[in-house]
Amino acid sequence: MRARPIAGILLRQFYLIRGSPVRALPMFAWVAIDIVMWGFITRYLNTMSAGRFNYVPTLLGAVLLWDFFTRIMQGVSTAFLEDVWSRNFLNLFATPLTTPEYITGLVLTSIGTSAVGLLVMLVLASAAFGLSFFSLGLMLIPFLLVLFGFGIALGIFASALVLRLGPASEWLVWPMPALLSPFVGVFYPLSTLPHWMRGVGLLLPPSYVFQGMRAILAGQPPSAGNLALAAALALLDVVLAGYFFARVFRYALRTGLLARYSAESVS
Amino acid sequence: MRVPQDTLSRLHSCIDDETAEETGSDVVLGVTELRKSYPEVVAVERVSFEVRRREVLGLLGPNGAGKTTTINMILGVLSPTSGRIRIAGIDLARHRARALARANFSAVYASLPGNLTVRQNLTFFGLVYGIQHLAERVGVLIEQFDLERLKDVKCGVLSSGEQTRVALAKAALNRPRLLLLDEPTASLDPSAAQTVRSRIRRLATEGDCGILWTSHNMYEVEEVCDRVLFLSHGRVLLEGDPRRLPSQHGASTLEELFIRLAREPLGESPEQAV
Repeated sequence: MRARPIAGILLRQFYLIRGSPVRALPMFAWVAIDIVMWGFITRYLNTMSAGRFNYVPTLLGAVLLWDFFTRIMQGVSTAFLEDVWSRNFLNLFATPLTTPEYITGLVLTSIGTSAVGLLVMLVLASAAFGLSFFSLGLMLIPFLLVLFGFGIALGIFASALVLRLGPASEWLVWPMPALLSPFVGVFYPLSTLPHWMRGVGLLLPPSYVFQGMRAILAGQPPSAGNLALAAALALLDVVLAGYFFARVFRYALRTGLLARYSAESVS
Repeated sequence: MRVPQDTLSRLHSCIDDETAEETGSDVVLGVTELRKSYPEVVAVERVSFEVRRREVLGLLGPNGAGKTTTINMILGVLSPTSGRIRIAGIDLARHRARALARANFSAVYASLPGNLTVRQNLTFFGLVYGIQHLAERVGVLIEQFDLERLKDVKCGVLSSGEQTRVALAKAALNRPRLLLLDEPTASLDPSAAQTVRSRIRRLATEGDCGILWTSHNMYEVEEVCDRVLFLSHGRVLLEGDPRRLPSQHGASTLEELFIRLAREPLGESPEQAV
């Protein structure tokens, strides 16, 4: 992989964000709204429980981690969609750019945009609602890494789906995190779920992150085995998503989908 | 010890690729027995041709003849069913990135992202092509294509003529050995088209590249192209000098010959005029 083409993909996204407040705003606006809304909900719940249980780290911490995952996933897919919206595939893929270089550029873009969102969430949640992520200690790092890995995998998968099914399928991309959230137990233990949903949840890396977070807040050590499993699953998902994208790309080359990519040419 | 045959042929092919580049072969594009078929239709059938250094080859034919399919295969955005494409001696199927680094294109249906300015687009594509001393190169192209006044304007708000100039500047970014131009003057008025033609002609004569050009404007083809290929139903029907072909086939003009060939192909098998 060469650095210059990757820098090109990154620079293009920087130009777009710098030149358009409409693109810059969602990087922090929605996560800020989420934190404020859930911050007040937890504050209310704390009042109701009369100090018997502190909802701030459990609920607000979960919201923050989930929003981070969502930002990562959407960071990749939105960067990809920029090329869909500007009908840039022909210009882009008739160059020496390789698909690994292209995907690396999208992932680096996502790291940049989601880092801004994470910073805003951390500042807001701790300053306004007293959330301390130090309560999770060093475990916060592997938690974020697992969510990062799975977010990247889902973003690449979603991009491949749009490439295969056409621009109109971007409406399948946005609700993906919401579709997964009941299965991964963001706010409740997996044991709450019916058997089949629990089975699905166990295949999804974020389930182990939220399980571990609740264990730490309950004063128990998180399971190192579960965390290792989550990391392995996230890594596997990245590899599978990359493979899926490469397969779809080859299909698009073979069928002419890439050369004539538009809402009208893809059924 | 016996070396497997496919390993040997791959090795030979790699050596061929390197040698062709190092010796500076005159052939910048070699297309051999190119074929593209879909379940219901054969879009391109056993097309072979070459483009040489400093040559402008016109690819002519009616709508649906297979011109854009051929160009898309050369650009690497469509896989051929069979056949071989070599850009500056490099096999496109095996060394895609290396081959495409030596080519560039401009097409009326592939405008540059309208949400970036002229300079941003040139910088972005310059990085993607891995251009060294990029700022300097972008500056030269902005001057060469008369884009100084427009350099900080978003491409989406430019006129057709201005967009064509930007697309040509992008196409010249990497000093390509092979330049593919799919109807580059299609949306231009005669005066703008004349300017663009002379710029492109200069790229071929002053530079070191060969050009593959498609157009439906036969006067333009006569003016610009050194040689033409006439495609119909995915096959090469005619090849020759655009200024001599009409008289060789009993037509008074190239346009008349085009119309006749488009309506009545010369025969089942391709006929070579030269």
